[in-house]
Amino acid sequence: MQYSKKVLDYFMKPRNLGEIQNPDGESTVGNPKCGDIMKIYLKINKNEAGEEIIEDVRFQTLGCGAAIATSSMATEMVKGKTLDEAYKITNQQVAEELGGLPPVKMHCSNLAADAIRKAIENYRKK
Amino acid sequence: MFKQIYLDYAATTPTDKGILEKMMPYFSQDFGNPSSVHNLGQRAMMAVDESREKVAKILKCSPTEIIFTSGATESNNLAIRGAVSHYYATNGKNAPKPHFISSTIEHHCVLDTLKSLFKSDLIELTFLPVNNEGLVNIDKLKEMIQENTIFVSVMYVNNEIGTIQPIEEIGKLIKELNSIRQNKIIFHTDAVQAINYLNCDIQKLGVDFLSFSAHKFYGPKGAGVLYIKKGTPIKVIQTGGAQEFKLRAGTHNVPAIVGLGEAIEQIRNNNFEKIEELRDYLVERILKEIPASYLNGHREKRSPNNANFRFDNIEGEGLLLSLDMEGVYASTGSACSSGSLDPSHVLLALGLKHEQAHGSLRLTLGKHTTKEDIDFTIDKIKEIVARLREISGNVLKEFDPKK
Repeated sequence: MQYSKKVLDYFMKPRNLGEIQNPDGESTVGNPKCGDIMKIYLKINKNEAGEEIIEDVRFQTLGCGAAIATSSMATEMVKGKTLDEAYKITNQQVAEELGGLPPVKMHCSNLAADAIRKAIENYRKK
Repeated sequence: MFKQIYLDYAATTPTDKGILEKMMPYFSQDFGNPSSVHNLGQRAMMAVDESREKVAKILKCSPTEIIFTSGATESNNLAIRGAVSHYYATNGKNAPKPHFISSTIEHHCVLDTLKSLFKSDLIELTFLPVNNEGLVNIDKLKEMIQENTIFVSVMYVNNEIGTIQPIEEIGKLIKELNSIRQNKIIFHTDAVQAINYLNCDIQKLGVDFLSFSAHKFYGPKGAGVLYIKKGTPIKVIQTGGAQEFKLRAGTHNVPAIVGLGEAIEQIRNNNFEKIEELRDYLVERILKEIPASYLNGHREKRSPNNANFRFDNIEGEGLLLSLDMEGVYASTGSACSSGSLDPSHVLLALGLKHEQAHGSLRLTLGKHTTKEDIDFTIDKIKEIVARLREISGNVLKEFDPKK
């Protein structure tokens, strides 16, 4: 498997792993058929300027190395960001931040930014 | 040095050093083309024929029934396409389509070949299902055989789950049927995973075609065999020379064929009991020490070197990747490792759900495997499964497709 060192590092030492009790927003994306399922938990608060920010974010992922690494990287990228900023992050940016992914992994396992957006939508609907 | 533990012997084996030494002179010294008339060519031909005799001795057949190929994929293509080609050459291109049967868990080199002939509208095709342990049912096979059936292909040992099929019984059934049939049925078995461990006496098996590769039993890559029982209808598919009794054109891969002959001669010296004992120890400990772990395939009717597990709430590629980083080399039926989106067709044929098939791990042992290797591997699998389960939490159980 041709993963970058960064992918392997995020796979072996995932950041922001786990659950948040009573999250403000949550979402699950993926499909058991493909083998990848990601769950994202958000804790939302306001910064000094009064904007809503992601104060804490956690993930749980059943999936391959790329699925785990992208989940972990995406959570790191949005932590502390405003909801509007976080909402703009794309799967492509997550992959780039990890030093790239093998082409076959770009579609099936690179879903973390989608999961973040869905969790933000989930919060906004509440 | 970084410790490496190779547990992927069903994928390929290292070429034995002694075998490699026997191959070496045929690269630069006795390098002649066996089709050449001069002395150098004839020396190479003698080496090829010596290997042919060694193979015939193990299969208990005549050397003239042995065709050397580049490997089992080619052998299986020749057997299947060669039978179709002969059928239309004999019966005319407007003849009614012949009917082929194969199991659902054949290797892709058999399945894809059959499917491509089916798509080209050249054959009728029926797949023989397996039960949840990976065994075909002979009564079902009997029911599937039609008047126009001319070919049955069932692999001897499955490459993923190691299940041993009742080849001898199928051979008997087909022989019985053939004694009163006008359309004789050709019985083919892909014996790639069997040749190293099981009896491949073709008299006993009752097969017409049998294929295997040298690299699965400590020989080199690039050489294989198709056994063709004398009189079995087949037509050449690779043309351009009179090699191999006019059934396989192309210059012989002499060094690899020499290696194949050496490897098959040593087959019975390999110590299977030790491998089987280690495999049983591995299976017992994994199933006992890891919760929600299961063995795929049949407990007893399986190749002595094969263990195939699945773990709930685990995706196989992550497991493989983590083992790889510990220097343990294994294999999985998960889609993520294969480049396709679907998990192993073999595991799905057992009735497993996609998410179960994704969580599989195949460990195949060989003659260099030690108890220390197995103990180290078990310890690592335990750690890795626990770690990956911590990462996956309950997401599978909580997954709601409607959301």
